[in-house]
Amino acid sequence: MPVKTYREAINEALHQAMREDSTVIVLGEEVSGGAGCDGSRDAYGGVMGVTKGLLPAYGEARVIDTPITESAIIGAAAGAAQTGLRPVAELMFMDFFGVCFDQIYNQAAKFHYMFGGKAQCPMVIRCTTGAGWRAGAQHSQNLTQMVTMVPGLKVVCPTNAYDAKGLMLQAIKDNDCVIFVEDKILYDTSCEVPDEMYTLPFGEAKFYREGSDLTIVAISNPMHKVLAVADKLAAEGITCDVIDPRTTSPLDEEAILESVEMTGRLVVVDEMTPRCGIASDISSIVAEKAFRSLRAPIRKVTAAHSPVPFAPNLEDAWMPQESDIESAIRDVLEYV
Amino acid sequence: MSTDTNTLLKPKSTEQVLDSEQFLKAYRSMRTIRAFEDRISEQFMKGNIPGFLHLYSGQEAVAAGLCLLLNDDDYVISTHRGHGHCIAKGADVVAMMKEIMAKQGGLCDGKGGSMHIADFDKGMLGANAIVGGGPPIIVGAALSAKTLGTDRVGVAFGGDGSSNQGTTFEAMNLAVVLKLPAIFLFENNGYGEGTHARYAVGSKDIASRAQGFGMPAYQVDGTDLFAVYETCREAVAHCRAGKGPVTIEATVPRFKGHFEGDPQAYRGEKEVETLMKEQDCLVMARARAVKEKLVKAKDLDRIDQEVAELIDEATQAALAAPAPEDSELLKNVYSSDY
Ligand SMILES: Cc1ncc(C[n+]2csc(CCOP(=O)(O)OP(=O)(O)O)c2C)c(N)n1
Ligand SMILES: [Mg+2]
Repeated sequence: MPVKTYREAINEALHQAMREDSTVIVLGEEVSGGAGCDGSRDAYGGVMGVTKGLLPAYGEARVIDTPITESAIIGAAAGAAQTGLRPVAELMFMDFFGVCFDQIYNQAAKFHYMFGGKAQCPMVIRCTTGAGWRAGAQHSQNLTQMVTMVPGLKVVCPTNAYDAKGLMLQAIKDNDCVIFVEDKILYDTSCEVPDEMYTLPFGEAKFYREGSDLTIVAISNPMHKVLAVADKLAAEGITCDVIDPRTTSPLDEEAILESVEMTGRLVVVDEMTPRCGIASDISSIVAEKAFRSLRAPIRKVTAAHSPVPFAPNLEDAWMPQESDIESAIRDVLEYV
Repeated sequence: MSTDTNTLLKPKSTEQVLDSEQFLKAYRSMRTIRAFEDRISEQFMKGNIPGFLHLYSGQEAVAAGLCLLLNDDDYVISTHRGHGHCIAKGADVVAMMKEIMAKQGGLCDGKGGSMHIADFDKGMLGANAIVGGGPPIIVGAALSAKTLGTDRVGVAFGGDGSSNQGTTFEAMNLAVVLKLPAIFLFENNGYGEGTHARYAVGSKDIASRAQGFGMPAYQVDGTDLFAVYETCREAVAHCRAGKGPVTIEATVPRFKGHFEGDPQAYRGEKEVETLMKEQDCLVMARARAVKEKLVKAKDLDRIDQEVAELIDEATQAALAAPAPEDSELLKNVYSSDY
């Protein structure tokens, strides 16, 4: 099977969806780049290069470079979704959600319910997230919890290229507003990805590792740190269930609960600020629904409760690291 | 200046009103910005600067010309392309260099970096990594000035790209409604990242939009220090006289990529080369000042030399400075006990 990067996998999904369905459009800042310029069009293909090649293939009517105008981008996508198109809007950095949040949580998310099921909003909002690029307080945040809490939004956060393609194709087919969260650290990671179209269902977790001593749930990029730790522990004879929910909304509670019922121990890892985050959410679900199975307190490993600092050493201290994950795991395992 | 908002304004006087002392100050500021940007570009290539850099090279006359008219207690707010605004407003370049290298002694203790550099002692309310983040904030600074009865003004720098952002429109309207001493200074360098203003700005010119909001607006050649100064002099006087906000659109070249490392395939062949040859504000300011005998070439050479020494000193100091202590991570999340 061909090996593709996370970037290539999402790009291929967009190509295939656009080829198959002429109502799919892509819009956002620099999705091709070079509009109005003397040099080449498609010069960026998205700031992360994910939408490269779509303009030459599908033309300006369907691959739309916008001015810097996030509220209008998301509002236009929502309005177009309500009226017959399937827009894939790009918001570049997840941090920019702040500029257009009304259009996301008061508008797109609520159409279907508020209008008595008579309107639909089949749109995707792509964005890049996560720390580690030394990009400072306004270009590094993972705000997945802020969209996960909104009824009506579906939230996807793939951790590998295979999942990214299948989940993107599902997101475009889905009739609700889907927030597609791409971790910037993952774009160049690769794995086997089939050429043909396939979809992966929302709300179905992936088990990266199976084991019996402990359950680890991780969201986005920290998953790869978790896997490194899990493999180290495996060499010591400690085996873990390592679960990637893949979508935080809907959330595959069942997979997590079943695992905890077996292992009795849970560590949850994300790269968000600790209060009201995804790790807190999952911990509370387990505490509520699998209390009798727990043999140790649940441990969360998250980022620190501060904006993302610029200085590399501070940013590293801010993010969950392998050593933090390992020590949380050992604490939970040692608890009697 | 009239408050007529139907015609685009040019400064009344086209004579040279900059005196030699002011010129030397502006020239030093422009030269410092250019040398600073060149140096950090070099240091970035060497791997000594983390994160993203957006350089101000080519736009120096705007920041320098405006800031000649501002006092330390006037306010400016900046953009992701903020080093020039910071230097022109009087920030210490050693502390700037330390900030950009994420070191102790940096203007923001290494927590901000290039995109969030600020100097509150100099009224520089911060670079801003959110396009359109600044204009509403400068409305607030102008509101403070008006409410507290000072004669301060607030200037929001922005790019052509930022002129399309809803926050910018809202801020401009509010400043008119509240008749605030605010200047919206758009540096039109032709590009928002890799998208041209001739595509993204529907009205084609930004100044005429401002008139639509009911405020006077100037268009000025931002490579001409003298014209920038004249324009800003009238605009600042208008604000200080309590007559409400003003917009200035300054056309400037962008000598560098959107960010350092930008391959710029969207730019025309030889475009940058030609701009650097024909629209270098430093070269033009120098030539005019010497020709009109405002200053002597050797005085400018001396400034060039002093600036080069200062930039060397800043680089050495920043390279030698330690990174922030890890224990700083949770400091200053709140301003009181938490
Ligand atoms: C809200 C928001 N949207 C998009 C971006 C990404 N971005 C950073 S700079 C930039 C272009 C800004 O263009 P302009 O205002 O002309 O400023 P210039 O870069 O030319 O100085 C864009 C799109 C951002 N930082 N913030
Ligand atoms: Mg610009």
